[in-house]
Amino acid sequence: MSSRRIVWRKSLNYVMLTLTGIAAFAVVSVLFLILGYLIWNGGTSLNWNFFTQLPKPVGETGGGMANAIVGTMKLLFLAAVMGLPIGLFAGVYLAEFGGKTFSFVVRYTTDLLNGVPSIVIGIFASALFVLPVKHFSAFAGGVALGIMVIPITVRSTEEFLRAVPGNMREAAMALGASRWKTIATVVLPAASGGILTGMLLALARVAGETAPLLFTAFGNRFWSQGWGQPIASLPVMIYTYAVAPYDDWHRQAWAAGLVLLALVLVSNLGARFILARSKAV
Amino acid sequence: MEKTTSPTIEHKQRLTIANLNFYYGPKQAVFGLNLKIPTNRVTALIGPSGCGKSTFLRTLNRMNETIRNTRVEGEVLLDGQSIHALDVVGLRRRVGMVFQRPNPFPKSIYDNVAYGLRINGYKGRLDDLVEQSLRRAALWDEVKDYLKKSAFALSGGQQQRLCIARALAVDPEVLLLDEPCSALDPVTTAKIEELMFHLKDSCTMAIVTHNMQQAARASDFTAFMLDGHLIEHSETSKLFTTPTDPRTEAYITGRFG
Repeated sequence: MSSRRIVWRKSLNYVMLTLTGIAAFAVVSVLFLILGYLIWNGGTSLNWNFFTQLPKPVGETGGGMANAIVGTMKLLFLAAVMGLPIGLFAGVYLAEFGGKTFSFVVRYTTDLLNGVPSIVIGIFASALFVLPVKHFSAFAGGVALGIMVIPITVRSTEEFLRAVPGNMREAAMALGASRWKTIATVVLPAASGGILTGMLLALARVAGETAPLLFTAFGNRFWSQGWGQPIASLPVMIYTYAVAPYDDWHRQAWAAGLVLLALVLVSNLGARFILARSKAV
Repeated sequence: MEKTTSPTIEHKQRLTIANLNFYYGPKQAVFGLNLKIPTNRVTALIGPSGCGKSTFLRTLNRMNETIRNTRVEGEVLLDGQSIHALDVVGLRRRVGMVFQRPNPFPKSIYDNVAYGLRINGYKGRLDDLVEQSLRRAALWDEVKDYLKKSAFALSGGQQQRLCIARALAVDPEVLLLDEPCSALDPVTTAKIEELMFHLKDSCTMAIVTHNMQQAARASDFTAFMLDGHLIEHSETSKLFTTPTDPRTEAYITGRFG
């Protein structure tokens, strides 16, 4: 074998290793760049007032986004209540009961639903729950986010249920458990860590959605008056503040971005923690 | 086709299988099988891989019904009553099963044993029955201080005995064992065989095994199956010393299978 070939092979090896390494480094650094940029720009506005006060009227500096933080929590609560049970049960159906043809249809539809642009889901929720009553509402926003939660929950639930060994189902049924009792007392508990993780990730995923909220929950500079009224949320607040012509608002938008990212990171960490603990059992 | 020599037994029969056919879709796996399983005795089912032993065993507690597109014909009588007329939950409570691979639930040792009692709505003192079942499965002394620990912390042999304890907790009349020792080492296998010997006082057992020494050691009666047919059935000592069918002799002397 000629030495030129060996040199060529070695250098190709080296170049490809370097390229993949650079790409891997880029992936990691993007997150830290975003995080650093948010802290740099928004850190100064992140104080106690930000978490406890309402937005100040236009022209005054200071104030906070307490209503938007609570609003995002409320919207996520609605999304969880509406989306998670449907996602969970549909996932159970796919993993445990489904026939071939209908399951294929459900799975395919779920993937399509997952790919529907979020703004389209916003328009849909708006047409159903905003236009008829002629005012924006937290409920409509919750529906929009809830729809987005469903496909992610379905697929993760199905995946984790399928990972439960079939011989556990047999064991339960051989002891006289019915199909549903087997699922409820053995299969779901065995997969609970993974399913919970999937749910948390689904909620974290929609926590940052702006488009579906623009014409459903809309936004609110004050505390929301109830589920049927417009409600503030962090993503929409970021959007509003970022496009406004005031420097103070820009800083607050950065701070809101930081809070939102922290929320998502914490739920991700929480999800990983739950998963790691459930695997240890 | 088959020359079923009915074992000469003074015993009553716990299970009577008459003209049993079983199909996976269009493929027939068990052909016109007739067999009697005597009360409080161990019946071994032997035969080469794929001969339908496990399939047959699983028809006895209707576990095959959990598999799509299967069909069963013929009759299985449990104490003279057709198992197909019984409620399947009640049937499986009376006919317990232990599988090839230990399959404990991802729960504590205690909860594993108590599972069958809880789902059947047992209201009495669970603690006593859990202890009693673990004792019957010869596992109590090894786990009595760790009842709240995960069943996965046990060794393979302990897990299999836990599965036996779990099956015994609902006090079944029949225990079906589907190659219960194939994943275990010889020492643990010996423990399980000893355990089966003691269980004969209270339980009728049918065991599928690939291990002919095990069938010879642990069973009172042996049935030899080939390609879905029952070839020979007699007392174990007789089947292994003076088999009547040349195919049985060929199999037990290791000429095929």
